[in-house]
Parts: sequence; C-alpha cells; structure tokens
Amino acid sequence: MHKPLTLRILSSLDGKSWAALGAFLALALLVVPVLNLGTAEDSAFHISAYAITLIGKIMCYALVAIAMDLIWGYGGILSLGHGLFFALGGYAFGMYLMRQIGRDGSYGADIPDFMVFLDWKEIPWFWSGSDSFGWVALLVVLVPALVAFVFGYFAFRSRIKGVYFSIITQALTYAAMLLFFRNETGFGGNNGFTDFKRVLGHTITSPETRLVLFGLTALFLAATLIFAAWLVKSKFGRVLTAIRDAESRVMFIGYNPLWYKLTIWVISAVICGIAGALYVPQVGIINPSEMSPANSIEIAIWVAVGGRGTLIGPIIGAFVVNLAKSWFTVSFPEYWLFFLGLLFIVVTLMLPQGLVGLWKKLQEKNASRKGTAA
Amino acid sequence: MILENTLDDRPEGSDGADQMGHLVTGELDLSHGVALYLEDITVSFDGFKALNNLNLAINAGELRCIIGPNGAGKTTMMDVITGKTRPDSGKAFFGQSIDLTRLTEPEIAHVGIGRKFQKPTIFEQHTVFENLELAMKTDKRVWKSLMAWLAGDERDRIAETLRLIRLDKEADRQAGLLSHGQKQWLEIGMLLMQEPKLLLLDEPVAGMTDDETMRTAELFVSLAGKHSLVVVEHDMAFVEKLGGLVTVLHEGSVLAEGDLATVQNDQRVIEVYLGR
Ligand SMILES: Nc1ncnc2c1ncn2[C@@H]1O[C@H](COP(=O)(O)OP(=O)(O)OP(=O)(O)O)[C@@H](O)[C@H]1O
Ligand SMILES: [Mg+2]
Repeated sequence: MHKPLTLRILSSLDGKSWAALGAFLALALLVVPVLNLGTAEDSAFHISAYAITLIGKIMCYALVAIAMDLIWGYGGILSLGHGLFFALGGYAFGMYLMRQIGRDGSYGADIPDFMVFLDWKEIPWFWSGSDSFGWVALLVVLVPALVAFVFGYFAFRSRIKGVYFSIITQALTYAAMLLFFRNETGFGGNNGFTDFKRVLGHTITSPETRLVLFGLTALFLAATLIFAAWLVKSKFGRVLTAIRDAESRVMFIGYNPLWYKLTIWVISAVICGIAGALYVPQVGIINPSEMSPANSIEIAIWVAVGGRGTLIGPIIGAFVVNLAKSWFTVSFPEYWLFFLGLLFIVVTLMLPQGLVGLWKKLQEKNASRKGTAA
Repeated sequence: MILENTLDDRPEGSDGADQMGHLVTGELDLSHGVALYLEDITVSFDGFKALNNLNLAINAGELRCIIGPNGAGKTTMMDVITGKTRPDSGKAFFGQSIDLTRLTEPEIAHVGIGRKFQKPTIFEQHTVFENLELAMKTDKRVWKSLMAWLAGDERDRIAETLRLIRLDKEADRQAGLLSHGQKQWLEIGMLLMQEPKLLLLDEPVAGMTDDETMRTAELFVSLAGKHSLVVVEHDMAFVEKLGGLVTVLHEGSVLAEGDLATVQNDQRVIEVYLGR
C-alpha cells in the first residue's frame, strides 16, 4: 500500500506542532497587522514598524538556520559559506528593486545610479531581464542552486569532508565577497544595492507593503518547516543521517553518498537564496558584508545554540541570538562579539544539544521527579 | 530529476514501479562456476606491500575461510574486492564478466557483493529496524528514497530477518545501545537484507559468546550453496565448525590452501604462527 504524498506530509508533524504552526500563522497574518495598523502609536498594544522589520528580518535568519541545520545537523556537513547563497538571492532580488527605482534615482537615469557613476550606458548582459519580477524570482532560486550544484559536485565527488569542506566554503564565500566589492563587476561595490523605492509598483516603505513582506516571510518559514520535517522523516532523511554517522557503511550497502549530499546541499542553498530575497526588501539594503566570514560563522552559531539535528532548534537559536544582538548593539555595541564568542563556547562545552537539548533534559528530570514522588 | 544517480546497473525497485530505463551492464555470470577471481593483486602503501601477487578463486556457492596472522592483508583484500582500495596491479573479477577494479563501492554493492566490517559498523543513531530498512535491496537513488514507503512484503522481509538474527524484540531500540555481539548480528542481518551473491565477512564472531558463535556458524553454513561466502576469522573452533576450504594468507600472498587439518599441519603455516 502506498500512502499518498499529501498524507505523508501531513503526518510528518504531530498534532501539537500543527497547532503551534497554525497559531504562529494566525499571529503573523492577522494579529500583527491588526495591532500595527489598527492601534494608536502610543497604545500599549501597538506593534511598531521597527518591531515588524526586526521580526521579519529574524524570520529570514531562521530560514537560513533551518537550511544550515539540514546540511549540518542532519547531513553532518558544516558549511561556513551559507552567507554566499543568502547574498546571491538577496542580490538577485535587490537588482529587481534597483530597477523598480526607475528614473527616481539621483541622476534620473534609466539605469541604476551606481552604473551611471561607472559611466555605463546600459544594463550589462547578466542583469538583462532584471526588471521582470518573474525572471528575478527564477534567478533567486536558480543562481544559488547552480552555484551550490557545481561547487558541491566537485567537492563531494573528491570526497572532501569535515574541516576541509568548511574551509573551502569559507574561501569561496570570501572570494565572492571580494568580487562583489569591486565596482566594475556590476554589483554596486561597497554600497551594494540600496535606496529602494518600490516593489511590484508599491511603495516599499508603506505599512501595507511591510506587512505583506512580513506575512510572506512567515508563510515561507512555515512552508519550509513542513518541507524540512517531511524531508528528514523520509527514507532520504534516514539515509542522510546514516551518511553523517557511517558513510562507508552507506556506500557498501549501495547508496552513492554524492547524490544525497548534493541534493541536501542544493536544497539548503535554495532556501538561503529565497531567505535573502525576502530579507532585502524588508531591510532595505544588500551589500558584500553579507558574505563576510563572520556572518557565515554566526549562522552556525544560531544552529548550535538552538540545537542541531532538530527542526525547531535552529529557529529558536536564530531568534534568541538575534534578539540578543539587537539589544546589545543598542546598549553595549562594543561587547556584542565578546558575548557571541562566549555564548558559543558555553553552548559547545555545556549544551552540545543546544537549548532544545536543555529543555528536553529538564523535562526528563521533571518527569523522573514526578515518577519518584508518586 | 537532475540529481538522479547515473548508475544504470542496479536492480529494479521492489515496488515494481521502475520497469524501464535500466540497462543491466554487468550481469553476474557464474557459468564457469567461479564467483570471485583475484589474479596477481598487489597493493602497496608507501612502498610496503600489503598484498603481494595475491591469487584467489572462490567457487559459486562456496564457503571459504581466510586465516592468517595480524597484518597478513586479509582486510586489505576485502577492501580491494569492495572497491575501497584500488590495486596497483592485478585483476579482480566477480563472476566471468564484472571487473571490480572499475566499479565504485555502491556499484559493487549493487552487483551483489555485501561486506561486514572487522569493526561492527551499523547506524548507531537509527533503530534496529531502520538499519535493516536502509540495507534492504531496492532502488537506492535519491528520488526513490524521497518517495519511498515500505510495502507490506518489505515489512515482512525485515521482520523475518529480525527473527533470524534474534533481534525481533529490539526492533525499535536504537542500534547503538545493542551489545557488541548483537551489533555483529545486526550487521550480518543488514548484509542479508541486501541479498548479495557474495558475502565478505571480516571477523564476524569477534566479541560473541560461544553460543552466539556456534549459531553464527550454523547460519553461514545454511547460507552456503545459494550464496558464496568468504569468512576471515582467527577463532579456529569457528573455522572448524564452518568446514570448507581454508586459505592461509601471509605477508600479502597465499601461503597454503586446503582443509583445516591439512593447513594446520603444514610446516610453513606452523612457522608463521609460531614465529609471531
Ligand atoms: N591505509 C593503509 N595505509 C598504510 N598501511 C596500511 C593501510 N591499510 C593496511 N595497511 C597495512 O597493511 C597490512 C595489512 O593490513 P590488513 O588490515 O589487511 O591486515 P589483516 O590481515 O586484516 O590484519 P588483522 O588480522 O589485524 O585484521 C598491515 O601491515 C597494515 O598496517
Ligand atoms: Mg583485518
């Protein structure tokens, strides 16, 4: 008997998780808009534009964290280059937003300001079509997928593993950053893409646009979570964790790890690319610093803090670390990196399963205490 | 599906959904009665010859024991047969037509060679049941694994193997929690789920109780005939129980071959074992 795919997807989350997911979506799609638009700014119930942008941004990070967890937590492959895929998606969509500025730039030209500055007369070939939303949406998926596929194919085929793989991903991302930094490569150099005005013709800073972007991010986060749950509970997921734990055994029972690693690697990259595309219109800028080594390392820290090898862990990690970051950067900006380093050390030494692991341990303790009391 | 594996020579999916598009390139041909044929195999590691002009022929359905002191090259020989190590020179054929030196590890698994490692290697984080499920003979490409769903007869086969390896009560336990002997059995069970033609077993009874050892011997004897088996062991009581021909390996080549009694009385074999 074959269980239909839709049923399998439904059964990849338990009842509680579905309820939590439903509550999350109700909150993001109904409650937040009402409290943002429908309440006075000085009301205790008002949700500010700042808060919406912050949460929207962190949801994008949570997506990246899930992507990282799929490859690292489940596949055992630590990537220190996920900032690259995020930036590729971000730049692709950022260029669309640049084109949407139209003649409203400082030079009033048909091409983006930075191209005028470079004395270019027209859009370079690789950005042709970037004024079309559909084409750019395709680029957001295809470019990270293609880069991940080509790089992953050669790396996994050569059986590059462990710390060597991590270092190569870091080097790749660093090289890309240097490339994007250069003015003449057509990515806006240092400043990247910014000063966006519109998206699909709507004013990008209007409260309604902001809420739509926020809602879309929440929806995509929920969809990604369901997809990831199905993926890790499928036989594919079991083969993946088997490769993580005993790769040679997997080969000798007839699976070719190359294609399994490559599949999860490309899926992970595509999730990052879409997250980047959702991030840029909400934050209003994309520049090469997204590809800095520290950024990619931070992604790994989110996952480690939340708990790798679980699906909720990375989301929790992304929220906890980034909320702490936004508090620190307001209150004690100079101490943030120290705190981050400390957090990473503490988690690595004391909480190998992250916050989720801690929670489970506490629950077990509670249960056993109840057991002895009864 | 761009991420599909390009192997052509794998068996059909057990659900029968995949009847087309499979070229069987290297069909196993046992017509001359030889299952495995190694000729002049040499493997060197930094100048040291772990295998030195090794010659070995295993007949279809045969149960062969390989003995030899530590470092004789027994494990290296299995590495060559399963594609983990490429020989510097020599031939390795499975049946008449399958050149093992040109296939990758998963391809060799698909043509019908299963291997148990010296150190039991199972998937410790998975349940016993899942270990067998992953090993089961089926289409092992990515797309099939994504869509896989255990059919009733597949569950039956797993249940049958669980009983055979006496782990039916442990089916839902994490495999890492099993005793050493049970892990050995689980790995043997995984091998059986692959339905290989040739089984390579590297010290399968290490860490087993005497009782478990004897049951393993019975199992192997019952498998011979339908399968060919190559068993590496140090435990002479076990080797004796298996019967069959014994090959003695020493310094990477065959020192002696014959039944256990003949081999044990061979002067050179005695020297090698005593001179250790
Ligand atoms: N990857 C390797 N690199 C270097 N030397 C190796 C390698 N693999 C095996 N050897 C050497 O080759 C020789 C044969 O090793 P092998 O593991 O095949 O012996 P064995 O007969 O299986 O021994 P044991 O009974 O201890 O399992 C040993 O001297 C070993 O040190
Ligand atoms: Mg050995």
